[in-house]
Amino acid sequence: MNLELTDEQTFLREAARDAFSRTKTIAAARDALEDRAALPDLWPTAREAGWTGLLVGEKHGGAGLGVFDAALVMMEAGRVLAGVPLLGHLPASALADLAGAGEIVGELAEGERRGCFIPARPPGDVAAGWTVEPRSGSARVAAPTVDDAGCLFGSAAWVPDAPGADGFVVAATRADGTPAAVATAGSGEGIGVEDVMRYDATRSLGHVTFDGAGGAVLDGIGADELARAWYLQQVLLAAESLGAVDTALAVSVQYAKERFTFGRAIGSYQAVKHSLVEVLRLRENAYSLLVYAGWAYEDGRDEFALAASAARVAAGHALDDASRTMISVHGGIGATWEHDAPLFFRRAQLSRRLLGGIGDATDRVAGELLNAA
Amino acid sequence: MDLNDTPEQAGYRTKVRAWLQEHAAEAAETHGDDEAAVVSGRRVWQDKLAQAGLAGVTWPVEYGGQGLGPIEQVIVNQELARAGLPGILDVIGVGMLGPTIIAHGSDEQKTRYLGPMLHADEVWCQLFSEPAAGSDLAAVQARATRQEDGSWRLSGQKVWTTNAHFAAHGLLLARTDADVPKHKGLTMFIVPMDADGVTIRGLRQISGEAEFNEVFFDDVALDPDAVCGPLGGGWGTAMTTLMFERLTIGLGSEFLGYRPDRFARAIALDDHARRDPEVRRRLGELSTELLAVKFTGYRTLSALAQGQIPGPESGLAKVTTVRAAIRAGDLIADVLGPDALEDEADWAYMISFLPGLKSAGGTEEILRNTIGERVLGLPPEPRLDKGIPFSELRAKERAPASS
Repeated sequence: MNLELTDEQTFLREAARDAFSRTKTIAAARDALEDRAALPDLWPTAREAGWTGLLVGEKHGGAGLGVFDAALVMMEAGRVLAGVPLLGHLPASALADLAGAGEIVGELAEGERRGCFIPARPPGDVAAGWTVEPRSGSARVAAPTVDDAGCLFGSAAWVPDAPGADGFVVAATRADGTPAAVATAGSGEGIGVEDVMRYDATRSLGHVTFDGAGGAVLDGIGADELARAWYLQQVLLAAESLGAVDTALAVSVQYAKERFTFGRAIGSYQAVKHSLVEVLRLRENAYSLLVYAGWAYEDGRDEFALAASAARVAAGHALDDASRTMISVHGGIGATWEHDAPLFFRRAQLSRRLLGGIGDATDRVAGELLNAA
Repeated sequence: MDLNDTPEQAGYRTKVRAWLQEHAAEAAETHGDDEAAVVSGRRVWQDKLAQAGLAGVTWPVEYGGQGLGPIEQVIVNQELARAGLPGILDVIGVGMLGPTIIAHGSDEQKTRYLGPMLHADEVWCQLFSEPAAGSDLAAVQARATRQEDGSWRLSGQKVWTTNAHFAAHGLLLARTDADVPKHKGLTMFIVPMDADGVTIRGLRQISGEAEFNEVFFDDVALDPDAVCGPLGGGWGTAMTTLMFERLTIGLGSEFLGYRPDRFARAIALDDHARRDPEVRRRLGELSTELLAVKFTGYRTLSALAQGQIPGPESGLAKVTTVRAAIRAGDLIADVLGPDALEDEADWAYMISFLPGLKSAGGTEEILRNTIGERVLGLPPEPRLDKGIPFSELRAKERAPASS
């Protein structure tokens, strides 16, 4: 057993930190709330760094790295609130790689084409079929369908990184209810993508509608693979959240050392100190579960749904708490537009509600355990 | 990064598993109405484990150990848990006090005490906490006074002493100089529990059981060679013990049985509860925390295996475990109703045990202070006891209250 980062992982992390540092991503997160043109396009950064092929095997031109490696990059993105469209791309490329989908996978690995996964929640104890996010409310909507000719019908709301994607890998169901992965273009006949921004301008989201769009069903992708892709995306979102937690905690701790009241640094007061230690506690829990998920993806497949869901829950709670603590430790200024804390708060508020939300992930933790009992 | 056994570790695991399988029938009962019988059975089982090299795994070979690393110790713990077999009786001795004696004791002490400790011929207890010295351990008041012939006289009271009623010896922290600041005037002693003037009284807890004791020392005579470690250096010696305490807890947490699969099993039996969204949410939340602790344990272990010493942050795992287990007890009792609180029921025992566990090994509050200061680097609370001789402290402590 050795859970220290390998030299390669340390290098990957440092290189990602360095690559993101070249853009003022946090300032852009604020500016983009008023003018979305202020948001930098980080896809070229991702291509140059080789992250686009992180989860694609070397046979198809990728780096053939693991889920934990991808999580390290997502953590670095989260640390500086960088809106890099890997959350949609990485699961799409991993599915294409698994299907051995010739040309597409090579282009996805190279980053010539930006892919986007349109996920569907695997059936669970709450809903029997494959479902996607509704536009509003808590009801679950059936996943898009694919007919015998490979044409897609239906819609999915709040899909990360959908606007501007070159191609989609869609989790759809056939007439008999079995799931399939269908590759389509990112736009064109029968495909509608409505660009939506909510609360966190760094997060690209789209409502996607299919009305007979033609696609290609990927070989060898069934329920297990699509479920794994769903959980993979949960892990990536968890990692991104954890990165944001690290910054929120570091900034808050620094301020608690520098700000004095009643003749003492505020970090010396137990009330402040204990709330920061609580963030650290939640952070450590979430990191441990990312380690679990990284291991389970490769070596403990039966546990991947459990591990990924738990990581999602823990990271979601950690970011909730970290962003609120960041505001409260800073006092009034923490709640002003000028401060970075509201940007981390916006990230927390939106993230916890995407991709099924942490409520769904919590239920899946329970479901996995109850069904194994 | 790799969570799996190396080939060597896998080989060790196979050997351990095979031995446990072969000797499972000889394992001791861990519960029973006749405590003395349970204890003697468990001493025999510890002796068997020690002879098989499955106790004191990390102890140096020269003291009867195996000279192996923390990972091998965890493999033994995991295999015992997997086989549903009890581990050693004297976890406190072998896990914490033995290593302290190895680090600080004299050659004579090592020769005299370590072998019988490992084989459970002599069980040990830890005599640190007092009624007025818990989280603030350096405030101990038990007094050891040196006599003209070099021997010592010990008076005072200790509390929360596990196993004292059947222990042969205790490792005791006493004040030997009250005229210096409190951390400096302490010395560690090895105390025979059958000495004249030692009184042991069971301390009943919420459950009604007495797992701990109060121990009173009334002018107990100690030999000159009862001192363990440097005179006046008892604080450093105690820190070694507490480091091994964190380690023992970190490496053995699964032994506590606070595992999500176990809690899920209790709920899964209730067909209505397992479908109740509120029950599921609560189970999902607390299970997430317990799963995290399991992997935090692996991280600690991995750091140890790389030669790093786990810092106070590993204490966060204890905070999480206790919090999550308290919520598990609440949930299961909510699901099962008053039946869960039947005194003989496992769940009632767990529910009764946890409020005290919250303070064991230092309260949650003091732990958060320590971690905030040592790990996050936050400034310390202002302290009123720094640099002040212990003898003057108590007067000062009373002054603010009366002013």
